[in-house]
Amino acid sequence: MTELLTNVGYGSWVLDALLVVPLVGALAVLSRPAHQAKQVALIAAVVEFLISVPLWWAFEIGTATMQFQHAYPWIPGWGIYYVVGVDGISLFMVLLTTFTMPLAVLGSWNYIKDKLRPYYALLLLLTTGMLGVFVALDLFMFYVFWEIMLIPMYFIIGVWGGPRRLYAAIKFFIYTFVGSLLMLVAILAMYYMVGQTTGVYSFAYQHILENIGAVGPWGFWLFGAFALAFAIKVPMFPFHTWLPDAHVEAPTAGSVILAGILLKMGTYGFLRFALPFFPTIALHPTVVTIVVGLAIVGIVYGALVAMVQPDFKKLVAYSSVSHLGFVMLGIWALTIQSVEGAIIIMINHGISTGALFFLAGMLSERRHTREIAAFGGIAKVVPAFACVLTIVSLSSIGLPGTNGFIGEFLVLVGSFGPYPWATAIAATGVIFAAAYLLWALQRIIYNKFDKPENENLPDLSGRELLVLAPLLACILWIGLYPKPFLDRIEASAEELITTVQEQEVSLAAAHGSEEQVP
Amino acid sequence: MPASVGWVWLVVVLPFAGFLANGLISFFWPKAKRAVSAIGVGVLVAAFAVAVSVVNGLSSDLHGAPYVLTYWSWMPVGELEIAVALQVDQLSAVMMMIVTGISALIHIFSVGYMRDDPGYPRYFSYLNLFVFFMLVLVLGANFPVMFVGWEGVGLCSYLLIGFWYLDKSNADAGKKAFIMNRIGDFGFLIAMFLIFQATGSLSFAEVFEGAPSTFTINGGTVTLITLALFLGCTGKSAQIPLFTWLPDAMAGPTPVSALIHAATMVTAGVYLIARANVLFAMAPISSVVVATVGVVTALFAATIALKQWDIKKVLAYSTVSQLGYMFLGVGVGAYAGGIFHLATHAFFKALLFLGSGSVIFALHRAYHHTGSHEDAQDMRNMGGLRQYMPWTATLMWIATLAIAGIPGFSGFFSKDGILAATFARGHDHPVFYFLWILGAAAALLTAFYMTRLMLYTFHGRNRSGKDEAKHLLEAPWVMTAPLLVLALGSIFAGVVNLPHVLPGAGWLEHLFEPVTELSHRYLPEIHLSVTTEWVLIGVATVIAVAGISAAAVTLKPESLKAAREAPEESGLQRVLLRKWYVDEIYDALFVRPTVWISRNVLWRFMDVGVIDGALVNGSAWSARAVGFIGSAVQTGRLAWYLLVFVIGTLVLLRAVM
Repeated sequence: MTELLTNVGYGSWVLDALLVVPLVGALAVLSRPAHQAKQVALIAAVVEFLISVPLWWAFEIGTATMQFQHAYPWIPGWGIYYVVGVDGISLFMVLLTTFTMPLAVLGSWNYIKDKLRPYYALLLLLTTGMLGVFVALDLFMFYVFWEIMLIPMYFIIGVWGGPRRLYAAIKFFIYTFVGSLLMLVAILAMYYMVGQTTGVYSFAYQHILENIGAVGPWGFWLFGAFALAFAIKVPMFPFHTWLPDAHVEAPTAGSVILAGILLKMGTYGFLRFALPFFPTIALHPTVVTIVVGLAIVGIVYGALVAMVQPDFKKLVAYSSVSHLGFVMLGIWALTIQSVEGAIIIMINHGISTGALFFLAGMLSERRHTREIAAFGGIAKVVPAFACVLTIVSLSSIGLPGTNGFIGEFLVLVGSFGPYPWATAIAATGVIFAAAYLLWALQRIIYNKFDKPENENLPDLSGRELLVLAPLLACILWIGLYPKPFLDRIEASAEELITTVQEQEVSLAAAHGSEEQVP
Repeated sequence: MPASVGWVWLVVVLPFAGFLANGLISFFWPKAKRAVSAIGVGVLVAAFAVAVSVVNGLSSDLHGAPYVLTYWSWMPVGELEIAVALQVDQLSAVMMMIVTGISALIHIFSVGYMRDDPGYPRYFSYLNLFVFFMLVLVLGANFPVMFVGWEGVGLCSYLLIGFWYLDKSNADAGKKAFIMNRIGDFGFLIAMFLIFQATGSLSFAEVFEGAPSTFTINGGTVTLITLALFLGCTGKSAQIPLFTWLPDAMAGPTPVSALIHAATMVTAGVYLIARANVLFAMAPISSVVVATVGVVTALFAATIALKQWDIKKVLAYSTVSQLGYMFLGVGVGAYAGGIFHLATHAFFKALLFLGSGSVIFALHRAYHHTGSHEDAQDMRNMGGLRQYMPWTATLMWIATLAIAGIPGFSGFFSKDGILAATFARGHDHPVFYFLWILGAAAALLTAFYMTRLMLYTFHGRNRSGKDEAKHLLEAPWVMTAPLLVLALGSIFAGVVNLPHVLPGAGWLEHLFEPVTELSHRYLPEIHLSVTTEWVLIGVATVIAVAGISAAAVTLKPESLKAAREAPEESGLQRVLLRKWYVDEIYDALFVRPTVWISRNVLWRFMDVGVIDGALVNGSAWSARAVGFIGSAVQTGRLAWYLLVFVIGTLVLLRAVM
């Protein structure tokens, strides 16, 4: 396999292809008649996924260096390059994206009824935007993609969303945009400061990382700008209120992508930029207290608020706040188990919460309501749906044997050393998670069957099973045999930890800052 | 390693295969009951057979135990190395025999009991899945693998309690069981984190062998670890304060109550402590906590059992109470004694539950014939069933004598062993004498409430109703035959661990010596003089006989009224019937406040009001007020966005030029 891939030069073109194919697909969608839009989009998304699959084997295990990396000049005069590459942190974000998109297209099949061509074109444009964020190794390029992905999402919510779609779309847009504006300022500031010190003006990730000492006392503000942009995206408590609105109003595929991929950009940003760039600030006791504190507040608060939601999609949205809290805790604990666990949760959340949103969408397609109270006892009429919903819920509450357990367990076991009390509080999240999901499950599929409207609910169709089956397979695969995933993450996670720790030591020494690390 | 030990994976995989097969059948051929019975029962009988051969192999070379069989690397991260691995040793072998043996019998019983249920294939698939997880629990070679089984059996318990899910109270009971178990599992998780921090490992062999050098006796870490583990036990094994889910769990089909909520799953906590015996031996404070919680639960649950009318509820509280005994045993350091009571209890309590299942089955059928909607589980609607179901009555009497502790029956030996061990510890500290008194009092109540159950159910005149009585029949053989086997166990299982004063004493204790070896260093030698031991045996006998006689003399089944005519209870009777109002207290203290605060404070006030209302939309409002964003809804903002983008680019340009 590897030999074949080398022969076709797979590594040298795969990332470019992944960025270009969706764009070509989008153009194809626009150039064909509307009734073919979804077929063309599906083909493009599947091709995209197939191109990405060999990454699994081509990716070299045991090294933390950026792989498949290459650069083209973009605006070389300003030090802007097109630089792409993946490591163990971004590999799975890329695969998660390419894996989710065909399912998102299939999941939109009957849900989206009008303006088909722009919808599917935007979906494909979004794919490019998201992948660009994960593979960009030039800060300017990263920022461009970060903004590119915002626009299709804005339209997907605003045009194809629910009744309050405009409010939700604008809220989503402004909220994210405020954060990213600050990030742009920070990127520009770093560009100038590093340029002035080194004489080389470049947005290259590696260049800025190596000379980050140049920002001197400005580090705090720069970190703050990055952290705010990412914290909104995660979203961390208390920057999360755009999420329930956006999720609820977005069409099914929008919610799935939002939860499955967009939120991960926040945590990815912390892993890739905020932490390695500003280790002294990120690990400053005050910052640690705030971040870890907000993470555990998010875990417990998100779960408790999720519990009392009457709207199933909102419930899942708040549960995301809780899950992402685990990721933040794991990242900040900065042990090998906790960081790998955090990345596993990022993958898991895409799978399990994605599946929950698909299931929620299937319910509302049938009954045109998302109210939990509109159901009850429907396991009787839709047994397959009930079975899948149960399995996905169990994965979401971290039942051992499913993917959810691996991530939560690794994060908690790794965070317990540095932050025993915070971890103990975080671990109560497993109780609350069981409470909110099982209660919802009971009110949807169990209890008295007393709503005549549910009498003729059709069970899962073949197409719907096709959407859910790959997600179920991943739930069990990661739950039972996560080793191939962990193997691919390990070197990069280790590298991140040592980089941050070394940087912290050297920068602390260089600036004589007050928090000397022994 | 003996060759047959290598086949232990098959014991685990067989029930899982049964689950898959029956699960598929439930979707595609729900009417194929014969196939379901054949598969469901077949895999269990086969698993039992393989288990027997594994144990055979093990006994041929006991010195090599524990045998750890590693299948694949599960979570290898840094120094954390967790493998999917099974461990065969004396303790897990005994548990494996109990689990597969009792499960096989209860699967056979279920073929009769569930035959008319439309969910028949689903039932067997869940039951098979349960056995799979239970075997993972007892055979797992490290804490996380055990935890897979630990939570997995909880899942199956949830699914089977809520098996008839269209009734809200059943679904409620299932959910309650799962969530209360999760509270316990939180303890299990914390314990794992602490163990990993202290030892860098989570595998049994490394943790336990390293314990003497890692921990200090009575040290903070080991005390915390064991207390956290015990929190897990109180959830899974229904001890104070997390016991209230078990009586509600009776909402499930009765064979489920027998298998999961009496014989196997609920004893997992006892197994866990016996497994981690060295840790508990090094943490005397935790051990006293375990023993105290155990015996207090035993007594407390026994008082509730005194006044229940629902035959299954009596047995449920009896189970909580007997589990308390097991914890008393492992708490005072009698690890083999705790497992011994676990084993004998598995026989007689499974027998009692299945017997009650036969009774309910008979009553249900009778009420079905006449179209009556009376409660088929209320003992006030029974009475005199002895003449209709002689086999069931006789077999249940055997189990009753066993649980009451009549000498010669298995329960006598196991209960006496625990009480004697408690008494012996009185040498170290008088508090153990006090625990012994509580244990003896609970034994008295046990004999009383069990006799009450038997009298009300099988003796006196029949209260089911005139028409119904004509339809009361003995259960079919597929249900009675398993009871016979269990009755044999209830009588004779005691021989595996006879008291020290009898010949052939303490076989199980010797067998477990390699498992409990390390903890012997930290426990005082238990020595009771021959006289003391005979006196204790005498006292135990007197208690059992007194309890039975007191019930026989004071209770008048003849004068009992059927449920529809019965008067309301009052005073203490009512308090006991309502289970000391513990459910109501928990509801008022924990459940309702949590939901209320989450809904009104966290969500409506904090999230919608403060964060979203005042801060987010408030700032948008003020921004709009100064005309920053402009009033145009959509295009205005996009233009603004582009504008800023352009400004940024200009700034960039300027700097470069």
